[in-house]
Amino acid sequence: MSNAITLSSLTASPVAPSVAQPLETQLDRIRADFPILSTSVHGKPLVYLDNGASSQRPTAVIDALSDYARHTHANVHRGVHYLSQKATDAFEGARETVRQFLNAKSCKEIVFVRGTTEAINLVAQSYGRPRLQPGDEIIVSHLEHHANIVPWQMLAQQTGAQVKVAPINEQGELQMDALAALFTQRTRILALTHVSNALGSVFPIRECITLAHQHGVPVLIDGAQAVPHTAVDVQALDCDFYVFSGHKLFGPSGIGVLYGRESLLQAMPPWQGGGDMILSVSFTGTTYNELPYRFEAGTPNIEGAVGLAAAISYVNAIGLDRIGAWESQLLSYATEKLSQIDGLRIIGTAKHKASLVSFVVDGVHAHDLGTILDQDGIAIRTGHHCAMPVMEFFGLSATARASFAFYNTKAEIDALVSSVSGAAALFR
Amino acid sequence: MDLKELYRDVILDHNKKPRNFGALAPPARHATGHNPLCGDRLEVYVQLQDDRIEDLRFEGAGCAISVASASLMTEAVKGKTLAQAQQLFEAIHHLLTDQAAPTPEFLGKLAALSGVREFPARVKCASLCWHTLNSALAAPAPIAVSTE
Ligand SMILES: Cc1ncc(COP(=O)(O)O)c(C=O)c1O
Repeated sequence: MSNAITLSSLTASPVAPSVAQPLETQLDRIRADFPILSTSVHGKPLVYLDNGASSQRPTAVIDALSDYARHTHANVHRGVHYLSQKATDAFEGARETVRQFLNAKSCKEIVFVRGTTEAINLVAQSYGRPRLQPGDEIIVSHLEHHANIVPWQMLAQQTGAQVKVAPINEQGELQMDALAALFTQRTRILALTHVSNALGSVFPIRECITLAHQHGVPVLIDGAQAVPHTAVDVQALDCDFYVFSGHKLFGPSGIGVLYGRESLLQAMPPWQGGGDMILSVSFTGTTYNELPYRFEAGTPNIEGAVGLAAAISYVNAIGLDRIGAWESQLLSYATEKLSQIDGLRIIGTAKHKASLVSFVVDGVHAHDLGTILDQDGIAIRTGHHCAMPVMEFFGLSATARASFAFYNTKAEIDALVSSVSGAAALFR
Repeated sequence: MDLKELYRDVILDHNKKPRNFGALAPPARHATGHNPLCGDRLEVYVQLQDDRIEDLRFEGAGCAISVASASLMTEAVKGKTLAQAQQLFEAIHHLLTDQAAPTPEFLGKLAALSGVREFPARVKCASLCWHTLNSALAAPAPIAVSTE
């Protein structure tokens, strides 16, 4: 049984199918690429299962950041001198790497931002705010991260529009019929997560986009939890906006990506004003720069982009197809082993899931579980996962969440299971 | 660090069987405390008689540390004067945050919370109820609503 993302059902992979060995045969070597994975916590080997919150970085990324600082740094797009050109080339090269990663048509469609959160706020304010009228409607799902709820609520408050919520079922799957029924003449945007950070559910985003387009509604996809696990092709998806963060993709924090369809970005006013986003400034008026620079006011996170590109190259070299295959094994294994623990209930049992397990244990609050596991060197996330409406749906205040990356092993899942069993025993 | 230092028997017991659990009707004062980290919510109700805390209850779901701390707090504070409660609050604050602080006798069973200071991420769980009690004490006394 495979609960993992079926790559082919979602997107056409831009990564050539790998003929290489299954990933698990090279796990030792892959793990050696991540220095932090061989460290200890409280005297125990680190078992890092909080990849959904932020993933670890391979040496390739660490070195790219350090090389950039040692040999390349200057401001971008500003100087005629050697280093400024070199830094600009590195920054724009990173943009091209991201373009290929998403299979976007043009680098004009790739805007560097701080992360998923900033990208969504940018779209809400620059795309939404000038367009939305009182009575207009924004649709989100019940399974969104707060980052894909609050910016829309703020927009609704500013414009008099209204946020409607597409329901989920007990398994944590999007209810497609109910979503379809939400569209009206007043629907102006659909904002959906690709993969839920709280439950791991994979949404059928291609169908959702087709549905929205039938109503003439553009779609923003929050890909923060999807890009580390699955190939994304924004053209095959016919997506309007796709956003993600570098730090969940084995890259640095403080860098993220907004993909926007060129025709939409072209019609959007700048979000922030400053240097780099202008062509000319005078006190009688200012001419905005072309895409994507119009949306990149001020000196950008240059090394962040360079580090993100290194992370993408690393992921490509391993291959998202192999990553998906291994993670689906990890998910099945973890699901099976955790289910055997007395009083443990898995929250989120969607048919299509990314490699993440959210769970609760009778009599043990998630917070206590987090502390106990930490003493065993195991890092998981506990709490509401910035998705309080999801917790409310399941009548919970918190869950424990183990989220896997391709460098995780079955032995680490065994350690998790043993530590959770120990915690359950302590509280009984 | 020893987990048994954190999850002492007293803590496990008060978590399993919280004392003074429930609500008090107005004119008891009431405040809600939130732990934004885990989404937990705590309701504290306090009934004053002049400057004495005559009755005290709490409600809510939370981790073992927050439930046990609230339960221990209600036992410790019930019947105390406001000045005594304030003294306990300050002593608890030291106990939770100051590694070197000696544990004063008058803390009694509350001393079981001393293990928490080894776990900085959990200090808020233990102190939430005390801050909520303070808010409740600062709140105006509600008018009792009669439903006869
Ligand atoms: C689904 C989802 N959306 C948005 C975010 C926010 O990402 P960031 O904090 O990197 O902006 C996260 C990360 O926690 C997430 O999991």
